[in-house]
Amino acid sequence: MEQKKKELLVLEDILGSNKKIAGQIRKKLDEHGILAVNLLSAPGSGKTSLLEKIGLELKDNYRLGVIEGDIETERDADRIRKIGLPAWQITTHGACHLEARMLAKIFDQIPADLNFLFIENVGNLVCPASFDLGEGLRFVLLSVPEGDDKPKKYPEAFITSQVLVLTKCDLLPYLPFDTDRVIKEALEINPHLKVFKTSATTGEGLDELCAFLEEELKLRLSQHA
Amino acid sequence: MHELSLVADLFTIIEQQANQAGAKKVTKVVVSVGELSGVVPELFRSAFQSYKKGTIADKARLQLKMVKIKFKCRSCDQEITARNIMDESFSYVCPACGSKEMELIAGRDLYLEKLEIET
Ligand SMILES: Nc1nc2c(ncn2[C@@H]2O[C@H](COP(=O)(O)OP(=O)(O)OP(=O)(O)O)[C@@H](O)[C@H]2O)c(=O)[nH]1
Ligand SMILES: [Mg+2]
Ligand SMILES: [Zn+2]
Repeated sequence: MEQKKKELLVLEDILGSNKKIAGQIRKKLDEHGILAVNLLSAPGSGKTSLLEKIGLELKDNYRLGVIEGDIETERDADRIRKIGLPAWQITTHGACHLEARMLAKIFDQIPADLNFLFIENVGNLVCPASFDLGEGLRFVLLSVPEGDDKPKKYPEAFITSQVLVLTKCDLLPYLPFDTDRVIKEALEINPHLKVFKTSATTGEGLDELCAFLEEELKLRLSQHA
Repeated sequence: MHELSLVADLFTIIEQQANQAGAKKVTKVVVSVGELSGVVPELFRSAFQSYKKGTIADKARLQLKMVKIKFKCRSCDQEITARNIMDESFSYVCPACGSKEMELIAGRDLYLEKLEIET
């Protein structure tokens, strides 16, 4: 039998299935008036510690929930439950990032009356940046011990985020970390980044960060009303 | 480092497209890779080679087309191609008018551009 070769123009987004599910999640979140925040950083930059502090500060006035993404263990979710907040652990069993379909699987368990849903991504400054989870805001965290050269070395995380949170600022006196350089370079690759200097240890910057979150929630509620 | 899961999604699209077109075989796969897509071409290639075994694209060649990072100024429409985003000199400021309203218009995407099939 004769074989015929032909070319087939496809033009299909390989990340399309993730984007589609993320879009569905975003729509539901908007309908419920939930502000979801996706937190990205290298392992150990202080994501869970920051969430513990923000949680304590906001929990009397708002309904909060936390999704914890880790490769293995329930440890981070347990830390969040200890401060009295509902937490859902997603273990990726090896995968280096959260994907929208992983969230979709547990989405039914999330109460529709939440105000804030924090999503702690797997500790990794590279891969999570490529996967939309349907979040309303993306935070990238950079801790002082990691060094001040990171924004241009890991540009995607900084380009796709709306907020840069410098963490562990209590360590500034002990480490050669040029805060101005980091902020300058981060703004060069993303001029719209909002920057917060924080410490979970001393509490520095947490009031400002929480006030910002409250403002963002209000803004969204008025837009989607 | 998640090239294998991307390749799995790629094969879902390949099989669906090939079936629709009544293909017996896929002989070539052309994928467009943005420089800012987070994909490492070598890893994508080796994931493709191991994944294709036993599929309709068993013998297929993979061609990767790298797409440069490109910005467009929202104020004056000037387009710039970033040679290397990690350049010390790189900044998202329009070289023509100094505006900081630069929109990323290319370089983030990863898509299946075309297939060569045998029917
Ligand atoms: N000095 C100082 N240490 C901190 C601060 N925040 C967190 N740490 C410490 O940094 C370490 C990591 O903190 P975590 O909050 O677990 O970091 P994480 O980003 O959630 O880590 P992974 O989930 O494993 O990626 C812990 O030992 C914390 O005590 C801070 O503001 N100052
Ligand atoms: Mg953690
Ligand atoms: Zn311009």
